[in-house]
Amino acid sequence: MGKSLRVAFGETLAKLGEENENIVALDADLANATQSKYFKEKFPERFFDMGIAEANMVDTAAGLAHVGLTPFVSTFALFGAGRAYEEIRNSVAYENLNVKFAFSHSGLSVGEDGGSHQSVEDIALMRVMPNMRVIVPADPKETEKAVRCAAALDGPVYVRVGRPVVEDIPELDEKPFEFGKATVIKDGTDAAIIACGLMVPIALEAAKTLEAEGISTAVINMHTIKPIDAETILKYNSKVKAMVSMEEHSVIGGLGSAVAEVLAGNAGAKFSIIGINDLFGQSGKPDNLFAEYGLTAEHAVEEIKKML
Amino acid sequence: MDYEKKAKEIRAEILKMLFACQSGHPGGSLSCVEMLMALYYDTMKGLDPKDPKNPERDRFVLSKGHSCPTLYAILADLGYFPKSDLASLRQLHSHLQGHPDCKKTPGVDVNTGSLGQGASVSIGLALGAKVQKKTWKTYAVLGDGECQEGLVWEAAMSAAHYKLDNLTWMLDYNHLQIDGSNEEVMDLGDINAKFKAFGWEVYDVDGHDIKAIDEALQAPHNGKPKFICCHTVKGKGVSFMENQFGWHGSPMNKEQFEKAFAEQEV
Repeated sequence: MGKSLRVAFGETLAKLGEENENIVALDADLANATQSKYFKEKFPERFFDMGIAEANMVDTAAGLAHVGLTPFVSTFALFGAGRAYEEIRNSVAYENLNVKFAFSHSGLSVGEDGGSHQSVEDIALMRVMPNMRVIVPADPKETEKAVRCAAALDGPVYVRVGRPVVEDIPELDEKPFEFGKATVIKDGTDAAIIACGLMVPIALEAAKTLEAEGISTAVINMHTIKPIDAETILKYNSKVKAMVSMEEHSVIGGLGSAVAEVLAGNAGAKFSIIGINDLFGQSGKPDNLFAEYGLTAEHAVEEIKKML
Repeated sequence: MDYEKKAKEIRAEILKMLFACQSGHPGGSLSCVEMLMALYYDTMKGLDPKDPKNPERDRFVLSKGHSCPTLYAILADLGYFPKSDLASLRQLHSHLQGHPDCKKTPGVDVNTGSLGQGASVSIGLALGAKVQKKTWKTYAVLGDGECQEGLVWEAAMSAAHYKLDNLTWMLDYNHLQIDGSNEEVMDLGDINAKFKAFGWEVYDVDGHDIKAIDEALQAPHNGKPKFICCHTVKGKGVSFMENQFGWHGSPMNKEQFEKAFAEQEV
């Protein structure tokens, strides 16, 4: 039985609240959507609804961190990384304050709400800030690990979570989660797919297709986008003949860009970025949107074959 | 304390700093001298230059961060760092940044400079004190132009909602901003009535009368956050800068500096 990453976040936050009384949570009238409601129900005295005012929510969290508390800030990715960008930049990252951001409803998989609510740029916005760390978990179990990791790290961390219900990925979850170190879900010698978030199961599907055609394909879960695991990228880049990245985010500034930044000056294998091609989203079912924007196993197979 | 003499000493330091770096913001630094003096010399508790991070200290947020020369001059006067450091304002590797940086300057509590954000961070400080059941207080000084930021009003709303009677905002109401007067650029209207309507306890004083400011700082919160409207003069204490918006962010030439400095009679 599946679960959304936002529910995994909410449940983990509530557990963390029990383990650490310094943790406080803030939301902007979206606790029922981001699932910070689990924390709110358990620890009402440590939960602050800041109303529909994201900028003030972030700055308030900065103030709470200044006095030694560990705030978790949740809202939709667009309103957090987008509307409150400068507050995150100047009041939190600039001071390297211990504020955690768990923004849900990221990417196209928001679905029917449409382009106004589908954040395709939050990884880029958060990644560009000095001091910020960025984690994009792929399934509910990895989300728990990511949220726990964010709480344990000192300083600002962004955990990107999505809206839809998804299944756990057994071959991923059996491997240990190490911050800043990619999880190689399966090895391969001809091609490699570096994916994050909800693209990971799609990358595994693409690899299955390629393997059936005799193309040995590695699948790498790049859960930490910043700091990026350059070692694993370079290792596979010199090993395989074709490499693609897959993300539910713009091709500009996200996972693909982070990989390209590592590869610049280290040219080995060909590399192609699969993501949202500098476009806004629109209303639709998540699966139909993934197909419409090329976030599919078929697209990954096609890109890899072009390079081989 | 001889307030008048001390104010002149602080203004003389501000002028020296700003002349040395040939940048920065004289007008708004000079207008808030007495406001910061009332806080630092008379009101705030738990301040210790030898232990600037004392967790029980009152917190101060200079939300109009561009007026930091005033804060730096007072912190140096209190012994947080040597007065000789003041000459390094805005220089490479100086701990005295163009806008306050708490990671670099001893005695600075919060980074500010992007208008509206300091006021908003002060909400978190005051709320944090409540969560931790602490009795220390939070004070912030805001600019008048700054109140045009929507964030200030998000913060004002949340302060009343969370009944932050441990929080005081002081407005440096000199009526001038970069492009002209508040009234020309974006009129604040009846600012006291607005704060009252937002659920704040409101006081109104002459922002150059330290005793009056002290009294307002001691006056009751009545269970609410407190707003003190301090009527000030931009460029106060320098004859040719007073009420001139052109002196918001202009450097002085040698002749201007000598005249301004001489007027402080230090």
